[in-house]
Amino acid sequence: MTTEKTYKVPTMADMAASGEEPEILFWVGCAGSFDDRYKRVTIAFVRILNHVGIKFAVLGPEEGCTGDPARRAGNEFLFQMQAMSNIQVLNGYNVKKIVTACPHCFNTLKNEYPELGGNYEVIHHSQFLQGLINEGRVRVKDGESFKGRRITFHDSCYLGRANKIYEAPREVLAALDADLVEMKRVRANGLCCGAGGGQYFKEPEPGKKDVNVERVEEALGTGADTIAVACPFCMTMMSDGVKNKNKEDSVRVYDISELIAQGQGL
Amino acid sequence: MEIFQQILFVAALAAVAWYITKRIQLISRAIKLGRAENRTDHADERLKTMLLVAFGQKKMFTNPLVGVMHFIIYAGFIIINLEILEIILDGVLGTHRLFAPYITPVYPFLINIFEILAFGVLAVCVVFLCRRFVAKVSRFQPERHREMARWPQTDAAIILTAEILLMIAFLTWNASDSVLRDRGVGHYGELQGIVPDFIISQYLKPLFAGFNDTGLVAYERIAWWLHILGILAFAVYVTYSKHLHIALGFPNVYFSDLQPKGEMQNMPEITKEVQLALGLPVTTEADGSQTNDNGEQPSQSAGAVDSPAEIGRFGAKDVQDLKWINLMNAYSCTECGRCTAACPANITGKKLSPRKIMMDTRDRLEEIQQGWKTNGPDYRDDKSLLNDYITAEELNACTTCQACVMACPININPLDIILQLRRYRVMEESQAPASWNAMFSNIENNMAPWKFSPSDRFNWADQVND
Repeated sequence: MTTEKTYKVPTMADMAASGEEPEILFWVGCAGSFDDRYKRVTIAFVRILNHVGIKFAVLGPEEGCTGDPARRAGNEFLFQMQAMSNIQVLNGYNVKKIVTACPHCFNTLKNEYPELGGNYEVIHHSQFLQGLINEGRVRVKDGESFKGRRITFHDSCYLGRANKIYEAPREVLAALDADLVEMKRVRANGLCCGAGGGQYFKEPEPGKKDVNVERVEEALGTGADTIAVACPFCMTMMSDGVKNKNKEDSVRVYDISELIAQGQGL
Repeated sequence: MEIFQQILFVAALAAVAWYITKRIQLISRAIKLGRAENRTDHADERLKTMLLVAFGQKKMFTNPLVGVMHFIIYAGFIIINLEILEIILDGVLGTHRLFAPYITPVYPFLINIFEILAFGVLAVCVVFLCRRFVAKVSRFQPERHREMARWPQTDAAIILTAEILLMIAFLTWNASDSVLRDRGVGHYGELQGIVPDFIISQYLKPLFAGFNDTGLVAYERIAWWLHILGILAFAVYVTYSKHLHIALGFPNVYFSDLQPKGEMQNMPEITKEVQLALGLPVTTEADGSQTNDNGEQPSQSAGAVDSPAEIGRFGAKDVQDLKWINLMNAYSCTECGRCTAACPANITGKKLSPRKIMMDTRDRLEEIQQGWKTNGPDYRDDKSLLNDYITAEELNACTTCQACVMACPININPLDIILQLRRYRVMEESQAPASWNAMFSNIENNMAPWKFSPSDRFNWADQVND
């Protein structure tokens, strides 16, 4: 993107060196840092943060896996090693408020770190974006038009059932001028993409079908041209499912922050 | 004759009370096999949850039609039991409709309510039998769900049929009694003018028109006895059946999880190990108690850091390693299968079924009880819940999506058991799938579940202005 604007990504180390404290720490997560597809989500979110002028920072190379997949797979030692190391870093920078685009990181930081000494206000980027939209700080009008497009939102388990966040991502999408269509299994009854609990990191057990295919069939059934997600694992699973159905030319999978960034022309 | 009936009745009542007490003791001993955990905190919230979810049946109304039908049986169960009080007192005292002369104005009103409910229960039980055996609702079918084969299906049929028979006995007893009253036979006639016909059973009176007085009294007695003995027998049966949920559902909801569904329970015994390994001050005791504000250990556990108390197993291999609430969950499960119908793994044909996890846990507990019976109360066999009942393939299929936990109408948590069994397999047996081991070592060495260099973690920022 060759705009007049230059996006900046300050690290906590930079901030600390100049004696500053950010309003909020953006926890990028492993997928947001390494996965080529999800890096684009990280970048979209960072552009929005820059655009609205929020003083944020990231940990950069000091960030490490929250330990969520290890814990769910049964490796409590590894989880707690990760958690303790991260908490040392976070507490060392006196972090108070965290935003993340990964529901797994969100759930772990919010619900599981306090007992190990990490107490922060943790919000998911869907809630954060919802706040920006409600405050009028994000207006979707300068960029791409969504008129006539059909979007369906896929609930992530660790956002929805795990933490009862069902409306925030939907309200974010409502800011776009698109048709929102719902699948049959939504909100508390939402069907998993198939990646949670460490499944992302192994082949599925023998069965009739892959979970992501089952879910994508349901999403395609709505006639949506866009499947919106709010989780890096859901992103991969839904994208793979769309490919499995040979629909990658007509149906796209986007994170909610990418859609907002597109709407803003960022 | 009357006194003989009274003696028989009191004897039956005492025998059932004794037997059920033994059953309760046995089941409670089985539940106490589980690990201790405090579930008496936040009494207000627990009470509120129990009122909404157990008494109010909130989660049953996800499907409103089924919710209403189940509510009819539930209300029938609770309210018709008020009539049992009179029946029992009549049985003990040798009286007939003891309360009628004392509460004459409201008596017919009460009996009419019981009759309407009884008719409702009967009708719903017929519908439920049809749903299971004629319409073949998928979650009940053994062809689709192997854990439903044989006994669970029979159990369901016995429960529904027993309830239908009990309601028929109750309604025809009232009808035959009404006819006897009309005819002024013996003490039945004494209530003439005090007790009128009832709202449902009045339509059954023609059935008894052809009976002579002796035959009618015989039917009235048989129906009365069948009804009350049926209830007593059913009460005993319930303790062996999935139908135990009618009693345990309430405490089960009261003691259910209050934390967010996504939160996995911490293992304080590991926190200590990790803190020692990282050279951090130890802040947690193995029993989960926190240190005081100065970071000192409470005095009674001083020295615990140097000589750690014996650490049990990591995770769970058998029912003793689970928490007591997991075991109460297992006894409360009525095998409705809403969890399994919502499970993404099960929907897509994997072996995992959350309902089977609960049924296996109960079956294992009952196997242990059987061992106590034949070999004494300290008997331990060499079987375990893991492997003998629940296989690695089932555990490994779980996405931890919590759909099963959300679906359960009485807040049972199959996921908690799955995760504890996984912990045992990984930490005690090192039995993770190879690709999980690779993921573990990546996290350990690269701080990410993939094989990327930690120093590349921030490279994405180079593309932010592309």
